[in-house]
Amino acid sequence: MISISPFLPALTLGLGGMLLLVLGVSARRVALQAANGGAMLVLLCAAAATLAAPDGVLFNGLLKTTLFTRFADTLIYIGAFAALVLSFDFNRKEGIGRFEYPVLVLFAVLGMVVMVSANDLMSLYVGFELQSLALYIAAALARDSLRSTEAGLKYFVLGALASGLLLYGISLTYGFTGTTSFPAIAGLLGGAVPTGALVGLTFVVVGLAFKISAAPFHMWTPDVYEGAPTSVSALFGTAPKAAAFALFLSVLTGPFGPLLKEWQPLIVILAVLSMALGAIAAIVQTNIKRLLAYSSIGHMGYALIGFAAGTAAGYQASLIYVALYVVMSAGAFACVIAFRRNGRAVETIADLAGLAAERPGLALGLAIFMWAMAGIPPLSGFFGKLYVFLAAIDAGLLPLAIIGVLTSVIGAFYYLRVIKVMYFDAGQPGFDRASPGVNFIIGLGAVVTVLFIAAPSPLISAASAAARALMG
Amino acid sequence: MIVQIVFALVSLVLLASAVTVVSARNPVHAVLFLILAFVSASVLFLLAGAEFLAFILAIVYVGAVAVLFLFVVMMLDVDFAALKEGFQRYAPVGALVGIVLFGELGLVALTWHSVSGAEIAIAYPMPAGTTNAVALGSLLYTAYLPLFQLSGVILLVAMIGAIVLTHRDRPRAKRQSLGRQHARMPAETLHIVKAELGAGAAIPSAKTQKETL
Repeated sequence: MISISPFLPALTLGLGGMLLLVLGVSARRVALQAANGGAMLVLLCAAAATLAAPDGVLFNGLLKTTLFTRFADTLIYIGAFAALVLSFDFNRKEGIGRFEYPVLVLFAVLGMVVMVSANDLMSLYVGFELQSLALYIAAALARDSLRSTEAGLKYFVLGALASGLLLYGISLTYGFTGTTSFPAIAGLLGGAVPTGALVGLTFVVVGLAFKISAAPFHMWTPDVYEGAPTSVSALFGTAPKAAAFALFLSVLTGPFGPLLKEWQPLIVILAVLSMALGAIAAIVQTNIKRLLAYSSIGHMGYALIGFAAGTAAGYQASLIYVALYVVMSAGAFACVIAFRRNGRAVETIADLAGLAAERPGLALGLAIFMWAMAGIPPLSGFFGKLYVFLAAIDAGLLPLAIIGVLTSVIGAFYYLRVIKVMYFDAGQPGFDRASPGVNFIIGLGAVVTVLFIAAPSPLISAASAAARALMG
Repeated sequence: MIVQIVFALVSLVLLASAVTVVSARNPVHAVLFLILAFVSASVLFLLAGAEFLAFILAIVYVGAVAVLFLFVVMMLDVDFAALKEGFQRYAPVGALVGIVLFGELGLVALTWHSVSGAEIAIAYPMPAGTTNAVALGSLLYTAYLPLFQLSGVILLVAMIGAIVLTHRDRPRAKRQSLGRQHARMPAETLHIVKAELGAGAAIPSAKTQKETL
């Protein structure tokens, strides 16, 4: 008799999504509100079920839930919930208020939950495809806008390529070991490893690096973030990033754990390139969504530093970093959603001039997130960077930590430029009032970002427990 | 011996038709060669003893996907000349990437060996005395049931996507409303006018019609 309770969150998400779909089709008039509210309710139920679920190996070893997967799942729920709150008003104003969007978000979250708790290469791939497919559709949601369609198509084509590379790596790994189960692969990969298995590992790393948009596999990120509706970009910047990062961690420490010496250099290269690109390419951006896209590439680079350390402390630091980043990113995108002049969305940085005089609260919120992303103490982003740098130094990766400090100094320039434009440049008045949901996300994100210094222990201990569960 | 000859022949046909798919000028020819490639691949599956996969490939890819391609090529006005524009310009880069990938593949193939114990580790070896279809089916519906269901969810998402991205609600389209049709009473639509002889009847205006109802 196996217990179904570790699988309950996934069941809730899947069945909830289908129920909302039926509801949306049959009750057209209330479809949008019902689907939005229903999707939030389903996410809350799934979160409750996740937190209550025990550790367990499910379905003959296809899935496995541990403290680590619960930590990642919680981040995914937080990100998706924030994105849903942000989408509600925005999608209606932009004329893309369709009840299918919350349903797609639920299915994407289902895919993320499955891939995070995958214990077999097959479940990994099925979860990976489910979330990707739902996100491709979300990117093209504003189908009458050329930019959005282009974003969806680009994301789809490049995503299909990455997924092909991932599959190629998986098939080489399977050919080498004869099994797809994570523990069995880890047991067989030791000793002298032939080229075939190494090429397989490299392809898996490339496929996953694409999903977290680490340089040099980042090409899609700025275009997709800019082209997709802002509410969808807010989703991309939070839940899928956390999910893909968690999957990256669990795959490389799980089945490929014995090959630590082989994949560590790959992660170091990804981290250095991402940090450098995130810091330098963002300087010339004029669109705030593109700016946030490059900033997300850079942040993934910092999160990879802890990962590259290859120690429990490093993984813990990476998890803390990703958790803090999800909050900052949700808050920053909430601010972008709140910028509207006379009913039209504002996306260029120059248009933010004069914001502080007219909407001081909003300007303060964005300033807090920018400060935190730049890593200025005492905000949460500083501690995230501090932990990963310390973990890297402990693991003997001093040069990596130095590069990280240098790029964060360079990166601080463009974050501070946004603040300068808001506070010191004279601009036209006429900013619209943001909806309560958006203000709520900005306020909550800002409070968490500012007050993290006062009570860091819950997150640190949760991340530490998750990292220990990851190490097994 | 015969197996080797068939293998060599079919692989040659497969490779040649795959090259033609890419190089054919006429898109209809390209799709037809694609079908030939699929059929040859399914013969290769048969030779390898995977009869179920062979038939699936023939039914799904030749029967559905390739025919769909044919429809797209013939029904839609796709400008293939514009699609192929820049082919010359990007060909060197593409060839370079292809050569590098091919080299890696060769490297992998030359040094390939499975880990000792891979034979034992094979998750689900082919059971003796059954056919492919039975073996695959019994795996799909037992050990991999959750993944099978999740694949169904992926297809559902694809369907939602197709509707979200292409379906347009036409509010001005005239549709039959059965409910309204059935609920209608004669008095609501018929207006009986007594016409006097020689004088004719004035057609009541919309306003007076409402008053009489």
